[in-house]
Amino acid sequence: MNNYQVNEKGYYGDFGGAYIPEMMYPNIEELRLRYLEIINENSFKKEFEQLLKDYVGRPSPLYLAKRLSDKYGANIFLKREDLNHTGAHKINNTIGQILLAKRLGKRRIIAETGAGQHGVATATVCALMGMECVVYMGEIDIERQAPNVARMKMMGAEVRPARSGSKTLKDATNEAMRDWINNPVDTHYIIGSVVGPHPYPDMVARFQSVISAETRKQLLEKTGKETPDYALACVGGGSNAIGMFYHFLEDENVQLIAAEAAGKGVDSGHSAATSVLGKEGVLHGSRTILMQTDDGQVIEPYSISAGLDYPGIGPQHAFLHKIGRTKYVSITDEEAMQAGLLLTRLEGIIPAIESAHALAQLEKMSFAREDVVVVCLSGRGDKDLDNYMKYFNF
Amino acid sequence: MNRIKQLFENRNNRKLLSIYFTAGYPHLDDTLQLAKILEDSGVDFLEIGFPYSDPVADGPIIQYSSEEALKNGMSLAYLFSQLKELRKHIKIPVLLMGYVNPMLQYGVEHFCQSCAEVGVDGIIVPDMPMYEYEELYQETFKKYGISNIFLITPQTAVERIRKIDDLSTGFIYMVSSYATTGKNLTVSEETTAYFKRTKGLNLKNPLVVGFGIADHASFEHALQYADAAIVGSAFVRLLSQSDYLQQIPSFIEGIKGDVVV
Ligand SMILES: Cc1ncc(COP(=O)(O)O)c(C=O)c1O
Repeated sequence: MNNYQVNEKGYYGDFGGAYIPEMMYPNIEELRLRYLEIINENSFKKEFEQLLKDYVGRPSPLYLAKRLSDKYGANIFLKREDLNHTGAHKINNTIGQILLAKRLGKRRIIAETGAGQHGVATATVCALMGMECVVYMGEIDIERQAPNVARMKMMGAEVRPARSGSKTLKDATNEAMRDWINNPVDTHYIIGSVVGPHPYPDMVARFQSVISAETRKQLLEKTGKETPDYALACVGGGSNAIGMFYHFLEDENVQLIAAEAAGKGVDSGHSAATSVLGKEGVLHGSRTILMQTDDGQVIEPYSISAGLDYPGIGPQHAFLHKIGRTKYVSITDEEAMQAGLLLTRLEGIIPAIESAHALAQLEKMSFAREDVVVVCLSGRGDKDLDNYMKYFNF
Repeated sequence: MNRIKQLFENRNNRKLLSIYFTAGYPHLDDTLQLAKILEDSGVDFLEIGFPYSDPVADGPIIQYSSEEALKNGMSLAYLFSQLKELRKHIKIPVLLMGYVNPMLQYGVEHFCQSCAEVGVDGIIVPDMPMYEYEELYQETFKKYGISNIFLITPQTAVERIRKIDDLSTGFIYMVSSYATTGKNLTVSEETTAYFKRTKGLNLKNPLVVGFGIADHASFEHALQYADAAIVGSAFVRLLSQSDYLQQIPSFIEGIKGDVVV
């Protein structure tokens, strides 16, 4: 059996680790030593499951999209993370981490956000738990994602603009790390994807793994078999994809496909297709694949979807990519927008533009009629309406 | 013998001052000129920063100098080409400081080799972990005689400090408080207790205080417990003024003040 999970040193093959300044060491070390013990406690599990059920609305449905299935000639199921409270998979992770932060005795929460989905999910659980919340967001993203900024403020979070560097997600992540260096005692940093120093990638993956745990059960009920032929998801940092793949990794017959944002085209100079354009290096505390210059400077990526324009991928993805367990594909803005519109017209579901990248891959595949395909519909498109309207001139 | 070792072994009671600046700021080709003026002004060793796009341990001043340096065209390869002339002009120890990713892209062995060729004595890379250093890079650093400097903070546990002391060859960088660079050190009971506690460990390596040392008072305070202190952001801030070259000698004099030289 292959081992796809993190080893005791914090690595997935050559990827992962904790490349952090000494100032962050005590916090990361505390997490590393305690996260497994805490999340395996019965009281933790009970509280986590209860909140996922009553507050988030889990299990999220596994919906057989009939008209989409007819179009592509396969049995296509959508894992409806868009129906979660706050409208995306991000809340699975923030619920887990806030419960963990409470058990670590922390009183203040910080987070980074790009599109604002993770920021909203963090502000939400902070309101729920009565914790102070500061969300770092690139100055440019604050302008682009005004509705999510308003949601965070209404929840009582402080949204602090990241004004350094390119003023987007990677800079918001830098600012959150700097905040943590300056406030090491009472603060927990809720990272929004399977990125960052060990143990974050593994911890976030465990919280998101509920997606594939449910999918297995639901598939068994609906098809008589626990595993699909294909599982698809989009990748920004990679948390909904890892959540979708987690419990299928060892079923080698399940083909795992991750859709990256190619932006205006992989070679256009306006892209976020990290697995194609990236090289091995260190970003935000882990060894992974990232878009960078020959001098090791991080390159700012581009995608029409604010949730996918991250210059790296989580270390587990870098590993799965390198060993070939998961196939990484590139989807352009145009392909994603068309796929988003198609789902809306065929099924009456407006997907997040991020999720539409996974849907767009269906167009490029050929299926046998009996094939079972699961697509992670990571979020709903309400936040993207403006973008859709402009794109299609509605 | 390594220049760093020599400096600390022969210091007697001299209190040593180190200055940090980012290579390529304010102008791409300032590096050697700045180094020379600093040496002539009585600075005892230098830290030359190689800029990185995402410097998480740094506050706004060094973030800014790094961004500007990159815009000016600075890179690690270019810096080494500038430093070819280093030892024609500069006698004091020189360390390079930066983040791990540019070093990895340059290649760790190549990096150490270039350091040795141009006469750089040591490096400070805050996000290179101890485990990876020990497992993967230590041999290479030794082979080329390059000192790797580790950081400790008020929260670093004693056993870890001892381990760092064992792995260190040069000095230990005592970060003055839990903060990114550029926050002025406030002399509190807490920092004093931390300085005292660390001095009391009687480590093999000299202690050098950095982060937040901005003036004579903070320099003096740090040097009651350490062998040297490093001024970074306060110096980089000076470089934003148009007549910075003229101001450097009096800035250095102001920091050193009446400390016996
Ligand atoms: C709906 C949705 N899907 C996907 C992502 C990408 O993140 P990840 O790759 O961690 O799932 C985001 C990020 O904001 C998102 O909002």
